[in-house]
This record gives sequence, C-alpha cells and structure tokens, in this order.
Amino acid sequence: MDFTRRETLALGAGAALMSFLPMRANAEAVDDLIAAFTGGAEMGDAGVDLNAPEIAENGNTVPVEVSAPGAKAILLLAAGNPTPPVAQFNFGPLAGSQTASTRIRLAGTQDLIAIAQLGDGTFARTSKTVKVTIGGCGG
Amino acid sequence: MLRTTTTALAAGLIAVATGAWADPSENDLVINGDLEITTHAEAPAYIEGLSEIYSGWRFREVDTQATQMDDFDNPAFLAVDAAQEAWDTVDGDAGKSCASCHGDAMESMAGVRATYPKWNADAEEVRTLAMQINACRTDNMEAAEYGYTSNDMTGMEALISVASRGMPVNVAIDGPVQSTWEQGKEMYYTRYGQLELSCANCHEDNYGNYIRADHLSQGQINGFPVYRLKNTKLNQVQDRFKGCIRDTRAETFKPGSPEFVALELYVASRGNGLDVEAPSVRN
Amino acid sequence: MATGVKPRVKVPGSASAGEVITIKTLISHPMESGQRKDSDGNKIPRSIINRFTCDFNGQNVIDVTLEPAISTNPYVEFQATVPETGEFQFKWYDDDGSVYEDNKPITVG
Repeated sequence: MDFTRRETLALGAGAALMSFLPMRANAEAVDDLIAAFTGGAEMGDAGVDLNAPEIAENGNTVPVEVSAPGAKAILLLAAGNPTPPVAQFNFGPLAGSQTASTRIRLAGTQDLIAIAQLGDGTFARTSKTVKVTIGGCGG
Repeated sequence: MLRTTTTALAAGLIAVATGAWADPSENDLVINGDLEITTHAEAPAYIEGLSEIYSGWRFREVDTQATQMDDFDNPAFLAVDAAQEAWDTVDGDAGKSCASCHGDAMESMAGVRATYPKWNADAEEVRTLAMQINACRTDNMEAAEYGYTSNDMTGMEALISVASRGMPVNVAIDGPVQSTWEQGKEMYYTRYGQLELSCANCHEDNYGNYIRADHLSQGQINGFPVYRLKNTKLNQVQDRFKGCIRDTRAETFKPGSPEFVALELYVASRGNGLDVEAPSVRN
Repeated sequence: MATGVKPRVKVPGSASAGEVITIKTLISHPMESGQRKDSDGNKIPRSIINRFTCDFNGQNVIDVTLEPAISTNPYVEFQATVPETGEFQFKWYDDDGSVYEDNKPITVG
C-alpha cells in the first residue's frame, strides 16, 4: 500500500485531530474490545510481554512481539489508531511457545496494549508507548 | 537577501531541529549470518568534502538495520523472487528469456551491479543498470521496455544486485565517462529549489545530524534499489533523487533523464569502496 | 482483488523429535486498509488478509486474526513443536474469499 505525500499528510492531520476529538470514543472502543475478549474478567499485570521499539522510524512498518507462556490467546490493540484492533494470536496444541512477531501500522505516537488469556483461564494485560517519528524527508 | 534568509532558514531546520548529534552506528552488517558487508570505508581521494564514507544502513535504527540482516526478514526478497521468475520466463518476439543468454543470474551477474553506471562503447553512452536492462529487453529480447522506475525494473535491479552483494562498488570516473561525471558533480553541489539546498548541504555537510526527525545519511546509493518502510516497496535510485530534489521545493528532473544519469554516476562514485548491499531496507 | 499474491515461508528441513523450531512467514499483499481515499475522494475498499493459520499433520500450531493495522506484505513469526516427520500447512485468507496455501515438509531424524 503506497501513501502519497498528500495522503501521508492527511493521515498525520487525522491523527492530530484524533488526539482531540474522538479520544473518548476510541477509549470506549478499546474498552469494548477488551471486554469482548475477556468477558469482563479482571486482568492481572503479570504473564504477558509486549516488545516494540521505543521509537519507530516509520509508523507504516513497526515490528512488535507478543509473548505469554502457556497462554491460549493474545489480543493486540493500538489504542491510537483509527481502528484499534491489530491482531489476535490463538495458539494451538503444537505451538512451540506462546510467542509471535509481526509488523504493524501505527497512525502516530500511542499506546500498544496486549492482553493474554493465560493457561489457567485468567487474563493479563500489558501496554507500551511507541513514539512514531515524522521524518523531514518525504522523498 | 532572500537567498541569505532562505539558506539560513534551511540551515536552521537542520541544526536546531533536535540539537542532537548522532554519529553513524558502530554496528556491523552481516547478512544471513555469514555475508559481511563493508559499510564504512575511507573516502575516495576525489571526494574533497568527506574523509570517510558510510552506508545509509549505519544511520538507521536498530530495528530497521535488523530487517536487512536476514533475507527472509527483508521484504525486498518478495520482489527478488518475482524477478527470478521473470528472469527465467521467455518474453518478446525473439523468444528469449534473460536466462537464455545469461544462465544463472547469481553467476553471470556477479560483479555487474558494482560497476554501474558505466560506459557502453557500442552505444557511446553512459548507461545505468536500468538502461542496460531495457537495452537488453528491446535489442536482444525484442520485448517492451520496463518503466524506468516500475516494480518490474526495481525487482530486476534487485535480483542482479544480489549477485554482487558484498563486492565493493567500483565505478569508473575517468576516460569516456569523465565529462558525465563532472556534470554529475556539478549537480551535486548546485543548490536547487526554494529551499536552495544542494545534495551536499544535507549529505556532505550535515550527515549524522537530524533534519526534523530524520537522521541524515551520506546519501550513498550502494543499497539501491531500497525497500522503504514508508511505502513498503522497492524504490529506484533516480526516483529517490526526484523525491530529494522535490523536497527542496524544486522542479525535478525525470528518472531516466541525462541529468539524473550523470548524478547517479557521480553519487555512485562517492561510494566506491563500500560494498553493494542492495536490495537494502531503509525508513 | 489483490493480484500477484505470493507466500514465502522459512522452515528448517529437519529437526529432532519434540524440538521447538522457529517459523517465519511473509506474503506479498497490499493490505489495503479501507481508511484511504483515491485521488477523486472515493473510499478505497478494504482488501486485506484477515486470517493466517499454520497446522502440522492436521494439528493446529497458530491461528491469527489480522486487522487492517497489519503492514503491507504481512509478516508472522512464531514457534512450533515438531513431534514427528510430516508437513506444515500454511493458509492465508483474503477478504475476497481467496485462500493462498503453502506446504513445507520436515524430517525428524
């Protein structure tokens, strides 16, 4: 997917607007997504890890890794994207570990959230802020 | 007066943006665990403004660097795979594929990317690799040209480059190419656009500095074609020149134009001594 | 409808029984997000790979739901336990109903 300069600017402007206007709506969307995944259960803060760069050189391709030993599934959300869902990893009986990596799009600096359904059925949550730089050279 | 102001403004953009200086990274580029790539060398004697040359890889963040260190992680290899298919596929009225004449690209093309752009004695012109690919297509295969910056072209350039990875760039600058090289050099130091920036202002005077959030490299082209994270495709070197000049708010030259051929020759020669590392990954 | 979609998969050719191996997968796909507009202002319809699965001899390794926030040319890396000689089966599900498949054998010696 190619972004022209204008589209990139529009994305940036959109991201800037987002930080003022629908923040509440987006936060609610994130809460709803989490509730749908956990069924409203309490979440601990141990047992799930989220690896992502502190500063992403380009928001279009950001490497992330999620990990939760023994987990059945991990939900990954980008709280500041126009649509927060990113991916859900469901681990089968032959998973060698409950770890997965991928590359994602981030509309701007924001929090990534990972929630794992652990082996005992309980849930754990972690988050990480990723700063997305806006380069000087559209080139 | 205007000139002084805009130049000062442009300089301010570069210097004040973050106030941070960041040297090129000290990391070593080893691809697939065994292919060592020279990303730092002594500058060629004819480059007065630099004592050392660095591949653009040295200026990227660790995550971006890592993507280039394994051919599977490097998404450019999707395009290389497609180009390998094209290499083996008959195209054009002559009923030939690239392989019909050149066999295995990894053998026949070894070292080729390292010497382009170069003089073609029959055509009496300086040819870029892209021009040579198209000459081969029209003259020998009797097939249609690839668009100069098309995905077909960048893929084929990438495939041919893979055969030269780890070999030092060694572009000739004298003899019949000298006048073209001089033309490219003059362009490199010419200020273009409303921002009145030359290539040298950013990539010779200010490499290592930040322009807003971008860590300025030396603008070396040993990694082209480049898979850029921003547009998730291979980018042709002259397309990058175009983007760079456009960012100075200038009317730019066209990819494939004589001006850009001259500039490519000159910029390539600034990297003599670095290894070919295309297809590379940048931001 | 995405054209020229091609998977790439990296799996070791052999392993010891019960060994945990790393698998890397990549597929060429634009992952059109549905958020963008073309130059005439019309919304470009969403067209993504929405699911990726890996099975080994019929047993599931991983099943991933992908959203438009996944980058162009989706990349997924994960680990699998190899109990016996057999075949990994990889499937990518496109919004347009296409399913792209790849298989990789592995020998347990």
